[in-house]
Amino acid sequence: MNKCIERLYNGIIKENPTFVLMLGMCPTLATTTSAINGLGMGLTTTAVLVFSNLIISALRNIIPDRVRIPSYIVIVASLVTIVQLLLQAYLPSLNDALGIFIPLIVVNCIILGRAEAYAAKNGPLESAFDGLGMGLGFALALTCIGLVREILGSGSAFGLEIIPEGYRISIFGLAPGAFFVLAGLTALQNKFKMPSATNVAGNGSVLACGGDCMHCSGSACMANHATLETRRLQAEEDALKAKQAALAAKQAELAKDQESLSGKLDKNS
Amino acid sequence: MDAVKSLLLIIVGSALVNNIILSQFQGLCPFLGVSKKTDTAVGMGVAVIFVITLSSFVTSLIYKFVLVPLDITYLQTIAFILVIAALVQFVEMFLKKSIPSLYQALGVFLPLITTNCAVLGAALTNVQSEYGILESVFNGIGTAVGFTIAIVLLSSIRESIEDNDIPFTFKGSPIVLITSGLMAIAFMGFAGLI
Repeated sequence: MNKCIERLYNGIIKENPTFVLMLGMCPTLATTTSAINGLGMGLTTTAVLVFSNLIISALRNIIPDRVRIPSYIVIVASLVTIVQLLLQAYLPSLNDALGIFIPLIVVNCIILGRAEAYAAKNGPLESAFDGLGMGLGFALALTCIGLVREILGSGSAFGLEIIPEGYRISIFGLAPGAFFVLAGLTALQNKFKMPSATNVAGNGSVLACGGDCMHCSGSACMANHATLETRRLQAEEDALKAKQAALAAKQAELAKDQESLSGKLDKNS
Repeated sequence: MDAVKSLLLIIVGSALVNNIILSQFQGLCPFLGVSKKTDTAVGMGVAVIFVITLSSFVTSLIYKFVLVPLDITYLQTIAFILVIAALVQFVEMFLKKSIPSLYQALGVFLPLITTNCAVLGAALTNVQSEYGILESVFNGIGTAVGFTIAIVLLSSIRESIEDNDIPFTFKGSPIVLITSGLMAIAFMGFAGLI
């Protein structure tokens, strides 16, 4: 049970996918026009993340290693389709507000990243809690960003008007405002040297794709994973070679010693 | 003439007015990640044009001739992502075998594109806007050209501000995000174009 709570803490605070790992930037910027939209997107992603982690973890011993990424994508895509149909039926207004970003959850880095980094190695219960923690962390971050944009842009919080019409900065509700709010956030993280993937000071995430969206060479978790894997293999090979070389050198030295020793012995006798 | 006009409108609309990055927020990771140098940005842009155009064509074919006749359009997300992943793999193998020089130029970018949400986004937009096959291809070209314009512009700006004296707080990603925000404001000016 302790482990489950630790996973929740890890997802919401220690490795928050938005604030710390800086993953899944597209929905973060696009769906945070208001706090309620951000919350809706976050909870939708949470639902997908919990079940994808649960299913992938349960199937981790059945899925062959070579086709694991396509299998994960099929599982995630099926879950996203189910969630999309449910939203269309029961929450049509949220479905309209989020639009194309619901099917685009499939290509969200967080989901494949968690599948690779956690669900593929741990039991179903812990994985589900890991997904729940990560999802809630994502939802929390999106709600915060959405709240800031809503207050600045349309002068309201969760639909409640608090700033009169003449004092609003409407650009924060539009596309450029999303960039500015995120820039402000990352600047604050820089300023206070908080643990974040975008910090100038570098980062030490152990996530499969490195968790460094700003400086990674692309968007694909699987490509990054492959690169990391080859790098790891390369390092292992190098270490092995170095070890063998050292061993050979040692043996040669030993043989030389023995030779000289036996030569001395011969002379003595 | 009307047909040509509507196709041109689609291209201008998806490349400038509804720019995939600066107003739709799709494909942000490569936009921020691969825009350090203009050379790589151009390479990425060309690879994206190639893949999005091809995938728009193939997914609209699949939608029209497989999903609609079988009445399983609700499976479009699964079908599209699998088609795109397979297509990128296939294109990579084909280029490696038959056009090595092009593979040399684009090869490293191709696997990165599979999970780029702009590709899936373009395919889904085609379906949502009920475009036919020809319109889908042109929408794909427009979207990808918009992506390339944005990423090349950002990389040029980043190269020229590289040696500027930026306060520590704004070093790294904040300045890039502010730059993109200013670009987004500039692109909002295209809204009156159509």
